[in-house]
Amino acid sequence: MIIDGSEGSLKKFLSDLPPVDQVGAEARAAMLSTRSIKTTSKAWAIDMAISMVDLTTLEGADSFGKVKALCAKAVRPDPTDLTVPSVGAICVYNDMVKTARTELDAIGGKHIPVAAVATAFPSGRASRAVKELDTQDAIDAGANEIDMVIDRGAFLSGRLGEVFEEIKIIKELCGDKAHLKVILETGELVTYDNVRKASYLAMLAGADFIKTSTGKVTPAATAPVVLVMLEAVRDYFALTGTKIGVKPAGGIRTTKDAIKQLVLVNETAGPDWLNPSLFRIGASALLNDLLMQRMKLRTGHYASANYVTMD
Amino acid sequence: MSGFEYASAPESKAIANIASSYGLFINGKFVEPKKGKSFNTINPATEELLSKIAYADKLDIDLAVKSARTAFTKVWSKMPAKERGKYLYRIARIMQERAREFAVVETLDNGKPIRESRDTDIPLAAAHFFYHAGWADKLEYAGVGSKPKPVGVVGQIIPWNFPLLMLAWKIAPALAAGNTVVLKPAETTPLTALLFAQVCQQAGLPDGVVNIVTGDGITGAALVNHPDINKIAFTGSTEVGKAIARSISATKKSATLELGGKAANLVFDDAAIDEAVEGIVNGIFFNQGHVCCAGSRLLLQENIADEVLEKLKKRMSLIRVGDPMDKNTDLGAINSKEQLNRIHEISNTGDTEGANRWSPECILPSKGFWYPPTIFTGVSQSHRIAREEIFGPVLSVLTFRTPAEGIEKANNTMYGLSAGIWSDKGSKVLWAAKQLKAGVIWSNTFNKFDPASPFGGYKESGWGREGGRHGLAGYLTSDAKASK
Repeated sequence: MIIDGSEGSLKKFLSDLPPVDQVGAEARAAMLSTRSIKTTSKAWAIDMAISMVDLTTLEGADSFGKVKALCAKAVRPDPTDLTVPSVGAICVYNDMVKTARTELDAIGGKHIPVAAVATAFPSGRASRAVKELDTQDAIDAGANEIDMVIDRGAFLSGRLGEVFEEIKIIKELCGDKAHLKVILETGELVTYDNVRKASYLAMLAGADFIKTSTGKVTPAATAPVVLVMLEAVRDYFALTGTKIGVKPAGGIRTTKDAIKQLVLVNETAGPDWLNPSLFRIGASALLNDLLMQRMKLRTGHYASANYVTMD
Repeated sequence: MSGFEYASAPESKAIANIASSYGLFINGKFVEPKKGKSFNTINPATEELLSKIAYADKLDIDLAVKSARTAFTKVWSKMPAKERGKYLYRIARIMQERAREFAVVETLDNGKPIRESRDTDIPLAAAHFFYHAGWADKLEYAGVGSKPKPVGVVGQIIPWNFPLLMLAWKIAPALAAGNTVVLKPAETTPLTALLFAQVCQQAGLPDGVVNIVTGDGITGAALVNHPDINKIAFTGSTEVGKAIARSISATKKSATLELGGKAANLVFDDAAIDEAVEGIVNGIFFNQGHVCCAGSRLLLQENIADEVLEKLKKRMSLIRVGDPMDKNTDLGAINSKEQLNRIHEISNTGDTEGANRWSPECILPSKGFWYPPTIFTGVSQSHRIAREEIFGPVLSVLTFRTPAEGIEKANNTMYGLSAGIWSDKGSKVLWAAKQLKAGVIWSNTFNKFDPASPFGGYKESGWGREGGRHGLAGYLTSDAKASK
């Protein structure tokens, strides 16, 4: 164990982490965004990105019908081309989990996990008891993955032990029933030093994945933020031998954005992370752009938006 | 395919209209050299012939200097300053418009990755013209008195590592100050200078203001020794710089010399490690290490040395070596056979003197001139690889125990061009910057350039500054000392 569980040892560990130089991190991310991904590597990257999409709907207006439509899309993103892989997961609010799970099972999507956003998503402003109930409710409904939010207020005011405890408790509830993704909401943590600290805090507390954002706050999954998180999982692996996944979410809308993310993964955490079990992209509109670019590569011309399904 | 291999993504050569031969650019026209001699310029990545280049000898130099003198006395020094500025703005804009063409030609002739010529060399070269265009009518603020005068005809000799950028560093301030120039590009990289000559024609620059004479060291010597030159501006090796200083010592000629370097890149134990590793890589592998201010001596604080080296090696294994025209290439070709031999010669002393060589696995192309990214650990101050400029992708790693020892080792060199400091502690950065004897000091970054920032060295790294107000002042003289 790297830390003994006390707040003191946690604080000591996090404050001993090397700092992040903002200018340098942004320059590295900008350099990697100039990589030119063409032809065969583009085709490979598009299919990889599709298989990594956590197809998401997190709206007040979500209905059973909307969620069912999304499930159909998740299983067969392009009904005219069955070589297109299915997506990484479906991501919904708690009350939609059961519908999503049932629907996926019924239409050939048993292999697609359902992720639920829990712990008073997106703000995380609720009592511990409510957060625990929220999580338990999602697991009971059949969620395979829990996307929890950290208490940013506690983190920013230095109550790191509280944040750590909360993740640990949610992880215990997840047990072996659900994977735990921990949302740092980097747009509210603001500095890269905080992103690095929060990443380690979440990993030490038991996260299976660290996730940038809820998608409700901007900025969200910026390239330098993802870079810093990928460095964290890479170094955590060197330290512990455990591979933790990364999920950028929010603002990744185009194929170009997605491929830039894959380049970041490839040249930071390394090729081992180019795998839906260690890298996911939280998105909704992205999937259709990936499909259109896939068609373009295959046919040589752009199809109209009517050739992909709107859900 | 298995895994995320980047498919080749070559920049198109179609935009580069390289002629089969080039004359000398004298008095606004391309002319044949008097003796009709020429030499070849090749693509160092493939060894293919790019073009035949006119070879200028004494007679041609004399013609070029005469045309520069006439243009100086009759046109350029008399022109209202703001009009001179307009020409510089025009040149800058044309360079931007033709940026892709310049980048492709630069990469073909030099061997540097297209990403660097596209994102660094060409934009910075244009920026130098924009910056100095603004100075043209504000020379009284350059720090040489209230009525500064141009020095006259300037002979300029530039190296092969940043051909167009070094041309811009030389020509932009000279012209802004009202001088005319005769510029000799390096023997192995004349093409972008000749393309620049076309830009001068396109901009309608008066004949003779810029003259480009191509050739080798003998051509350069003829330029340096021409009696009607008022100033020599040279960038290149310390050896040649010393020879120039000797040959002008009994004349009225002034000189700016940008010479070699063996920069220390100091990483303290409180540095941002990941970004420091990026800075180390950028410091030594940018432009194949063909950089006079390259961070070629890495000084690591001993208590973080292992951690940094482990990360550095991992990062170095990601460096993509190969076809410079591929947009994803990080490390291109060595500029010439001669330079490759020199890198081999000095680096091999690292092995024989007991340092430990390491390079990531990489397959080098069979044609052309290549050297893998290389680090030597276990280097001590007395090793040749710690003292001599290798001018290639070879990094010497040394360690220090205390900040004071780090500074002492950093300054223990006959050079003093640049240095890097990596620390997250502001007070330490400021303290170290004060102690280091180097003309340019980067803190938490490396190899960053800006036209407004003066550049130049201490000790055997050179005389004078280029860029910014200080660089401009080198092309001006106070009223009393004005040239004929």
